[in-house]
Amino acid sequence: MNAQLIIDASYLVAAFLFIYGLKRMSSPVTAASGIRVAGLGMLVAVLASFLYVFGVNDAAAPHLNVNVALGAAALALGFGWAWWSGKKVEMTAMPQMVALYNGMGGGAAAAIGAVELFRSSAQHETIPLVVTIIGSLIGAISLSGSLIAWAKLDGRVNGTWRFTGLQLMNGSVFFATLALGLYIAFVEHGHAPVAITAAFFALALVFGVLMTMPIGGADMPVVISLYNAFTGLAVGFEGFVLQNPALMIAGMVVGSAGTLLTLLMAKAMNRSVSNVIFSNFGATGDEGQG
Amino acid sequence: MLTGFVALYIFMLAAFTGYEIIGRVPSILHTPLMSGSNFVHGIVVVGALFALLNATSLVEQIIGFFGVLLGAGNAAGGYVVTERMLQMFKSSDKKKA
Repeated sequence: MNAQLIIDASYLVAAFLFIYGLKRMSSPVTAASGIRVAGLGMLVAVLASFLYVFGVNDAAAPHLNVNVALGAAALALGFGWAWWSGKKVEMTAMPQMVALYNGMGGGAAAAIGAVELFRSSAQHETIPLVVTIIGSLIGAISLSGSLIAWAKLDGRVNGTWRFTGLQLMNGSVFFATLALGLYIAFVEHGHAPVAITAAFFALALVFGVLMTMPIGGADMPVVISLYNAFTGLAVGFEGFVLQNPALMIAGMVVGSAGTLLTLLMAKAMNRSVSNVIFSNFGATGDEGQG
Repeated sequence: MLTGFVALYIFMLAAFTGYEIIGRVPSILHTPLMSGSNFVHGIVVVGALFALLNATSLVEQIIGFFGVLLGAGNAAGGYVVTERMLQMFKSSDKKKA
C-alpha cells in the first residue's frame, strides 16, 4: 500500500518535471537546462517503478524472480547501448538517431499492447481493449516507419519505391490491419488465436514500412517528427490501459506537441504534411501521384 | 480509478499543455524540441517494466523483455542526443554574445 503511494507521488513529480523541462526547452536561453529537468523526472519515475515488485498480481508472484532479473537485464542493456551509441554518433548523424530511438519507444508501446493481447487469462473490457489495439497499431507503425526513416537517412536504404497503385496498396494494407484489429476487439473480445494477433502486429509493421518507403530523404525530418507524435499517442493510450497517469500525461503532451511541431516544420519548409506523406515530392515530378 | 471521463480530462488537459508549450517556438529549436519530446515519451519504459513484472507466461516475458529493452533505449538515447544538441546550441550562443 505504501509502495503504491510512493509510486503515485513519484509519477506526479515526474509529470511536472517533464512539462516544466519541455517548457524550458522551448526557449533558446533556458533550453540546455530543460533537458536536465526532464531527465531528472525520468530518473524519479524509473527508480520509483521498481517498487512495482511489491505489488505484482498473485498469478505473477511465482515468476517474480525471473521477471525482475529480465527487467534489470533489459534496462541495463537498453540504457547501456543507447547511452554508448548516442555519445559516439557524429553530430551530423543526429536526426537518424532520433528516428531510431523514437522507433524503439513505439516498439515498447506496441509491446505493452502485445503483452495485454497475448495474456490468455486477461479479462478484457471493450473500451480498454479498443484503446490497447489502437495504441499497438500506432506504436507498431511508428516502430517500422522510424526504422525505415533511420535506414534512409543513414544511407542503408537508397531510392524510393514508387509505382502506380502504391497509394491503393498502402490503403488496402492499412484497412486490412484496422479490420483485423476490430475483429480481435469485437468478435474475439481480445482472446483471438495467437496467429491472428500476430498477423495484426505483422501487418501494422508492414504498413509502417510501406508508408515510409515512398518518402524522399529531404522530407524525413517532418516524417520523424510525425512518428514522434505517433509514439507519444501510442504511449498515452497504453498508459490508459495500464492505468498509469505518468504515461498518459507524458504521452499525450508529446502527442499534441509533436503534432504541432510536425505542422510547424512542414510550414518552415513550405510544405503541407499531407503533401509530404502522399505526394512523393523530390523525385521525377508528378508521375507518382494518383 | 482513471476510467471514463477522468481519463478524457487528463488527455484533454495534457493535449492543451503540449500545444501551449510548443506554440511560438523559434524554428531553430524545432529539431532539439523534437528530440526532447522524443526523450519524454521514453517514460514508456516504466509501463513496459510494469507489464514485464506482471508477466505469467514465457511469451509475455519475451515480449515484455523486448518492451523494456526498447523503452530503455528510447529514454537513454533520447536524453544523450538531446543534451548533445542543446550543448552545441549553448556554446554557439555564448560565442555570439
